[in-house]
Amino acid sequence: MKKMTAVTGNEALAEALRQINPDVCAAYPITPQTDMMQRFSDFVADGLVDTEMMLVESEHSAMSACIGASAGGGRVATATSGPGLALMWEMLYVASGMRCPIVMAVVNRALSAPLNIHCDHSDAMGARDSGWIQLWSENAQEAYDNFIMAFRIAEHPGIRLPVMVCMDGFIISHSVGVMDFLADDKVQRFVGNFTPQDALLDVERPVSYGPLIVTDQYHEYKKAQNEIMDSVFAVTEAVASEFEYLSGRRYGLFESYRLEDAEIGIVVLNSAAGTCKDIIDEARENGVKVGLLKPRLFRPFPYAAVAEALSHLKVVCVLDRSDSFGAFAPLYVEIAASLYPREQRPVLLNRIYGLGGRDFMPEHVEAVINEMTDIVSRRIAATPKKYISLRQYY
Amino acid sequence: MKTRIITKSTCKPVISEPGNSAVYKTGAWRSLKPVFEAAHCSSCLLCWLYCPDMSVIVHDGKMEGFDLDYCKGCGICALECPGKKGEKAITMVKEDIL
Repeated sequence: MKKMTAVTGNEALAEALRQINPDVCAAYPITPQTDMMQRFSDFVADGLVDTEMMLVESEHSAMSACIGASAGGGRVATATSGPGLALMWEMLYVASGMRCPIVMAVVNRALSAPLNIHCDHSDAMGARDSGWIQLWSENAQEAYDNFIMAFRIAEHPGIRLPVMVCMDGFIISHSVGVMDFLADDKVQRFVGNFTPQDALLDVERPVSYGPLIVTDQYHEYKKAQNEIMDSVFAVTEAVASEFEYLSGRRYGLFESYRLEDAEIGIVVLNSAAGTCKDIIDEARENGVKVGLLKPRLFRPFPYAAVAEALSHLKVVCVLDRSDSFGAFAPLYVEIAASLYPREQRPVLLNRIYGLGGRDFMPEHVEAVINEMTDIVSRRIAATPKKYISLRQYY
Repeated sequence: MKTRIITKSTCKPVISEPGNSAVYKTGAWRSLKPVFEAAHCSSCLLCWLYCPDMSVIVHDGKMEGFDLDYCKGCGICALECPGKKGEKAITMVKEDIL
């Protein structure tokens, strides 16, 4: 029998970091990530890992130190949240452009103003175009599994790109859930030894990082980065099947839940998918043919496969926990782009939920399902973008 | 000038040979190329005077052509060239980069 443990999301990732034992970890505390790095600092202080833990003066410095350490030839990991990720913004592009295989936990938090420390996906969505690979996680178990797999994807010789692993702030980072930890030696064997490429600390073969490339080749450079992203799908799937052999847990580029015979569907990232699946099960018992698609790999985005999974539906509601003011929200835009080339495609709705940690409750999923059912039976017309779970008073 | 185009396998901003700035030809930034027609040149050397990249080659007081390794194609030589009898000695043409 498996040994199950009860831990928070932050504890799970701190434990993954202990097992992986990276060479360097540069971080700056920010809620709700703080307690992950605090726990990991304990492991460093207790001598359980060899990691060089660098406590820097800001997230911009944290990412800069990670880039330096990665270019130096080390295996590097860090973590951040919300405004911390926003402050890293400039350096995120440097990390991906310099092909630094850094792995970073992003504990999703809202962006100021107004000041808010709670769950929201605006932070990671702001880093959507930074050239980082993005893995999203429904719960602590998936975050732990993604985090371990992230090192293999990032460090793959054909990829060598940074990966961010997203999990919901507080809802997952601070809530206790059931966890099946892998044994230390299993994780270490799976992740393997780090092979540096063009290490700055290799004095036998000195290199310079970050020269100027202007109009002559910058354009081709960016195209090349895009092509590398195209190879990420196959690597992510290969790493996942190896991980399945190790753990018994299966991960695709996205999760399809009861979609095959569905008429209507929900698309949602991270922890809200769990709530949705429960309500989908209830609705199914009442004869409502509803399913769910939960993206796991958001960058690069698997457009064709997502379209294949959704095009047979009559109505799809994309739930976004972030917004683009005066425009559709980020996840909706990807789903619309996936489906546009298909001749047969569903009516698409964009519903904004849970900003700044607003609770996403079973009744909100029920309302979304009812709305889609009403659209199918033509009782109501489809409104493209709306906010749900709005309060009239408080 | 032919430079190696960056691809998936060379997409990394790393210089592995020290002191290679001498072999970096900034002429690759150019999208327009100056063309010299000696018959229309009066050797006034305004092109040499104005060139911001020292890319006009002059010998014995005569304009002889361009150092395309470093010419960025700004076109100031062609603009300033008074030419002869209404014909410019320097004209700019599209660089063959496709």
